[in-house]
Amino acid sequence: MALKNYIRERFFPHFWCAGCGHGIVMNGLVRAIEKLRLSKNDVVMVSGIGCSSRITGYLDFHTMHTLHGRALAFATGIKLSRQELKVIVPMGDGDALAIGGNHFIHAARRNIDITAIVMNNRIYAMTGGQYSPLSGYGTMASTAPYSNIDQSFDVVELAAAAGATFVARSTTYNVIEMAEMIQNAILHKGFSVVEIMTQCPTYFGRRNKLGDAVDMLKYMNTTTTTIGSECIDEDQELIEIDSEAKKEQQKIKRGIFIRKERPEYCAAYDEIIRRAKEGK
Amino acid sequence: MKDIVKFVQGNEACVEGALYAGLDFFAGYPITPSTEIAEHLAFRLPKSGGKFIQMEDEIASMCAIIGASLTGRKVMTATSGPGFSLMQEALGYAIMTEIPCVIVNVQRGGPSTGIPTHVSQGDVNQARWGTHGDHSIVALTASNNQDVFAMTVEAFNISETYRTPVVLLFDEVVGHMRERLVLPQKGEIPIVERLRTSVKAGVDYHPYLPREDGRLPMSDFGGVHRYNVTGLYHDMWGFPSEDPGVVHGLIRHLVDKIENRTSQLARFKDFYTEDAEFLLISYGSAARSARHIVERRHRRGEKFGLLELMTLWPFPYDLVKQKAAGARYIVVVEMNTGQICQSVRLAVDRPERVFLANRIDGVLINPTDIQRMLHVIGGKGV
Repeated sequence: MALKNYIRERFFPHFWCAGCGHGIVMNGLVRAIEKLRLSKNDVVMVSGIGCSSRITGYLDFHTMHTLHGRALAFATGIKLSRQELKVIVPMGDGDALAIGGNHFIHAARRNIDITAIVMNNRIYAMTGGQYSPLSGYGTMASTAPYSNIDQSFDVVELAAAAGATFVARSTTYNVIEMAEMIQNAILHKGFSVVEIMTQCPTYFGRRNKLGDAVDMLKYMNTTTTTIGSECIDEDQELIEIDSEAKKEQQKIKRGIFIRKERPEYCAAYDEIIRRAKEGK
Repeated sequence: MKDIVKFVQGNEACVEGALYAGLDFFAGYPITPSTEIAEHLAFRLPKSGGKFIQMEDEIASMCAIIGASLTGRKVMTATSGPGFSLMQEALGYAIMTEIPCVIVNVQRGGPSTGIPTHVSQGDVNQARWGTHGDHSIVALTASNNQDVFAMTVEAFNISETYRTPVVLLFDEVVGHMRERLVLPQKGEIPIVERLRTSVKAGVDYHPYLPREDGRLPMSDFGGVHRYNVTGLYHDMWGFPSEDPGVVHGLIRHLVDKIENRTSQLARFKDFYTEDAEFLLISYGSAARSARHIVERRHRRGEKFGLLELMTLWPFPYDLVKQKAAGARYIVVVEMNTGQICQSVRLAVDRPERVFLANRIDGVLINPTDIQRMLHVIGGKGV
């Protein structure tokens, strides 16, 4: 199916700012679904509140635009009710990890078969550029005019520790890689998390003097690296002698960090139903 | 067929009523004094293929049932004061998106953690105005197990008929008291099933376009019709709109579909109200004490009547006005600082006739407490 068949064309042009990375995420998401040849009727997309969460309105699936931070809780009800559906939850960083942090870790802990996509632009953009739990120490924001003293989460470590069975990270610069990761995440049976680092030139970029959208994309390219080069991480001697390797080691890693099997929640509940019916 | 008679807590009567009405999805979080509802459903639901999930908090519980309801299930959650406070935002979402669901609040004393294991009726106005913004809501209550069962079924029926959340405001005494419950036979109480659209696959379906009778047929989310659901003001397709006409039309629809049916939605019982000089108005466990007084005084030939309200919201102003028309004194018996008393005063002519007999100390108001108030009203001193 042509990509444009997945979008609700009458709502375009979209409302995101020029240069915003969310459109690139949407592109990757639609490409992943197209590659998987999923029927539009098989996909449910649930979002919360924020710039990222408007993605649902533009896509021609079963779409639900819910409350700030609560998308995963709504999605849990949908998935447990109709487990044959593919449930995808795009969230912003504040949406997923500040107000929605509790739902995020508990959905991961249950290992319910939902794909969570964290569109990480490191800022609350819709409300005008306040710091988020992913802004990071030392960044500038409208509510951190003297610099931010809040430490940030590492989404990958958090998701893995909470029990997610598929955890990946990519960026809007690496759009092919990102689409492949989303594809793998959707196929994964269990709770999957894909963090996508995305640019907000309007607020994060401007406040932190990172230039325009193109500069920010380039910045993401130079400050991240794939986990394929893990030999560099381990070979301390090489790092000592090779300053390039040292730089490489300090970069933010991209890739699929966790992919493992654990009982999926809905399947486990089917077993509970079987036992209850047998009276055991 | 022989009747099935049980000796159960009110919370179990609620579970029986919910299952009778077709409940097949429950999400909740433990909280006294409602926990037995979750416990019994964790045991009962999977036996019939239904789903039970204990969520990470009450916010998530409320969201999960809304999601499940949208896919076509009959859903419920149960909580008490603090949890009910946490549910308010999502309750507003269910109102705005017109997704049927039932919320049980087994009331305990508040504010805050309050007095968790003791009785109160302090959440009456919260049920009405707890979530932000203009809206309307249906809230039902009951004073005994048989009525808890019936009102629970009623809650599901109203919820499905009008696509609205319905709050069941029980209280700690009703929830924990054990008494007889006769389970109605299948078919004895009518059940309203979800109204699903007859629009076929591939044909444009409008989730928010009312039929001529005002009802909005639903299409199970994840089924053959793809549409959008949002807590923003939305058009008949479910897409966000800031058009003043759309905004005005939707808020009017949400309020009017309930407020215009106040008489239809009024559930109540009355005892000797025709020529009552003293009219007691009560609900929930407080109504049991009120009834005791009224029966005793009536036997003595005194003109005492009781109006037991079972629909609290929308408040049945016309009913109360009519029942109170001939009474010299109207005594509202409740366990709060006068939340229903306030509405009664608005409903009747000459509100100076309305008195409050209450207790707000976590103890069930008993007939002696009401008796004392009647002495005061009658000019006989404290």
